[in-house]
Amino acid sequence: MGFIVVGLCSLGVSAALVLSAFNKNLVFFFTPSQVAAKEAPTGRYFRIGGLVQKGSLKRDADGLTSRFMIADAAKSIPVVYKGILPDLFKEGRGCVAEGKVAPDGVFYADQVLAKHDENYMPPEVAQTLAGK
Amino acid sequence: MLAEIGQFSLIVALLIAVIQVTLPMIGATRGKRSWMAVGIPAGRAQFIFVAVAFGCLAYLFVTNDFSVLNVASNSNSQLPVHYRLAATWGSHEGSLLLWTLILGFWTLAVTLFSGHLPKEMVARVLSVMGSISVGFLLFLLLTSNPFIRLSSPPSDGGDLNPLLQDPAMVLHPPMLYMGYVGFSVAFAFAISALIGGRLDANWARWSRPWTTVAWTFLTGGIALGSFWAYYELGWGGWWFWDPVENASFMPWLVSTALIHSLAVTEKRGAFKSWTVLLAIAAFSLSLLGTFLVRSGVLTSVHAFATDPKRGIFILCFLGIVIGGSLLLYAWRAKQVGLGGNFDLVSRESFLLTNNVLLAVAAASVLLGTLYPLFIEVLGMGKLSVGPPYFNTIFVAVMVPAMFLLGVGPTARWKKASLPELAVRLRWAFAASAIAGIVIPFLVSGWKPRVSLGLSLALWIVITAAVSLWERLKNGMGPQPRSYYGMQLAHVGVAVLIAGITLVTGYQAEKDVRMDIGDTVNLGGYDFRFNGVTEVAGANYLAGRAEIEIIRNGRMVRTMYPEKRVYNASGNALTETAIDSGLFRDLYLSLGEPVGQNRAWSVRVHYKPFVDWIWAGAVLMMIGGGLAASGRRYVKPAGKQRKVES
Repeated sequence: MGFIVVGLCSLGVSAALVLSAFNKNLVFFFTPSQVAAKEAPTGRYFRIGGLVQKGSLKRDADGLTSRFMIADAAKSIPVVYKGILPDLFKEGRGCVAEGKVAPDGVFYADQVLAKHDENYMPPEVAQTLAGK
Repeated sequence: MLAEIGQFSLIVALLIAVIQVTLPMIGATRGKRSWMAVGIPAGRAQFIFVAVAFGCLAYLFVTNDFSVLNVASNSNSQLPVHYRLAATWGSHEGSLLLWTLILGFWTLAVTLFSGHLPKEMVARVLSVMGSISVGFLLFLLLTSNPFIRLSSPPSDGGDLNPLLQDPAMVLHPPMLYMGYVGFSVAFAFAISALIGGRLDANWARWSRPWTTVAWTFLTGGIALGSFWAYYELGWGGWWFWDPVENASFMPWLVSTALIHSLAVTEKRGAFKSWTVLLAIAAFSLSLLGTFLVRSGVLTSVHAFATDPKRGIFILCFLGIVIGGSLLLYAWRAKQVGLGGNFDLVSRESFLLTNNVLLAVAAASVLLGTLYPLFIEVLGMGKLSVGPPYFNTIFVAVMVPAMFLLGVGPTARWKKASLPELAVRLRWAFAASAIAGIVIPFLVSGWKPRVSLGLSLALWIVITAAVSLWERLKNGMGPQPRSYYGMQLAHVGVAVLIAGITLVTGYQAEKDVRMDIGDTVNLGGYDFRFNGVTEVAGANYLAGRAEIEIIRNGRMVRTMYPEKRVYNASGNALTETAIDSGLFRDLYLSLGEPVGQNRAWSVRVHYKPFVDWIWAGAVLMMIGGGLAASGRRYVKPAGKQRKVES
């Protein structure tokens, strides 16, 4: 009997903890069009994915801060990232960035995701490019 | 010609596997010895034919036969021989063939080392393993044939992903699969016992060494993968909670629970139903892991849509294996019974609690890995689950688990007394708590999480020492090898926790732009950048930086991180330079050229105690090896060992 009570209690508590931690750490994905339409939350982390617009990549004088545009078929969003970009990051290729959007519409990325394959296109990107 | 021989061998292997499934099972049910006896030769023959097929594919890769689609898309003539060999299992098709080969290998091992088991048991086990093999061979032949020919072969092949051109990646998949597939033996034993209706201490004793060996390989495979990610990806991370990693971690968590649960079932006859369920879960998660990684569903759930045949086959196969075994379990579990009784305070209940904690951890990882897939399939948007989720859960679950890990081995079976335990362990508790609080001050500043982690690590080590000391003092004589194996594996966990705690607490990282002659300081070291020169490799061209490490005005050594561009694919790859040490790693990766003055961006990491993570895993593996090689397993049964304390 003792086992069942202790077991049920701990199961309930752990389930509650798991679900609350889970809820807090869901990172949603948005397309540039959605971000431009202000569908993405400000002040919360999310991911944005699209193609790195050709000719948009610029570096600041410090050599570390990069500015580029992530675009889908309709819109493009300016992104700022400080740090070393992954090997497979190139203009014209797919890219996913994680960070927050500022009130001025600029996306400040903490992380630019490198995928392990040069032919890889984030499925979301492929979908947005196809016009969804 | 070889491709055709390979494919033909696979078909023959499939036919033999069908015989291996049917005849022994029918024989075991009807008590026909001659039918049961078919299992052993059939299992061996099946292994030989799969091995021939695998040999053919490997040979095609080594000899650059680009008329075979799989070779043409995953290898090229510039690739060094050992990587061409590794490319054999670099693709979806090849890795499934490797899986099947390793299943054959485990089947062969069962036929060789089960002479002392009842004939019905062996027959049923081989039949269950054969049916898994049938599933994989069908999958290979129907949807993922590695031997398809091209009508117009290219003059040279594509490329093996440069990231995979690495010694650790040559070993990682076979090790991991040895683990995954090894659980098929414990699974087959559990299913056979359910079918036969007899789950006793013998069943647990037969399953234990197989499970421990498989677990040892899985531990090694995961550690290798983590080590590879650390030095190859150039981000300095060693675990990312990436779905691919989670896929291998879930079976590990469940099989760790299984190892402990099996021990209780063997020694005390308790937890029977739970043990069977864990054996089913460990293998089911291994299957799920294989398919999650290999079907491409993680990169996109639409991979299923582009090749519906594969997707439907996988879902059906998983459904049959998992659903079927759970149905069998539901039907038979009543007869199995729960087994022996024990008190709320006893070694059994400590082990049960840790089992539940491990299961909760595995379930949380499963939730975090599959939820995004479900949401996407349902068309409800796209999301991912951030690492903080997993970290929070793991700290919460592992703190009590690690505490109990110290208590369990010293507690009595069946009925222990809390006051007595408290007296025996009070000094261990005080010592680990005090040392845990003091040490961070000495390392580099106090942090609550570091104290907690170190206290737990020390607690595990000190209680292990107490347990050993008590046993020797009480004149219990030399302990069995499995006891030392267990304690060594537990100390490995402690070393791993210490490593994780210290590197997470005190690591430092800088991304900097460096002109020639520039110096950057991190973790008490000066890093001096002397510029980048061009170097040609076997199949790539590299920019190699020279960076001097200076400590207290004295030069320690020179490091050479590289940026490579591979000839075949034109892909860039960052090759890190790491100076490893017992207490810290210095880790450099090269970014890109910046501006006109031959300046580069450089990432500098200071990683204290990071190698303890893999050292812990190695200790766990040695512990597993010791436990599995214990004399009572290696010797044929007959002389039954007395029940120990």
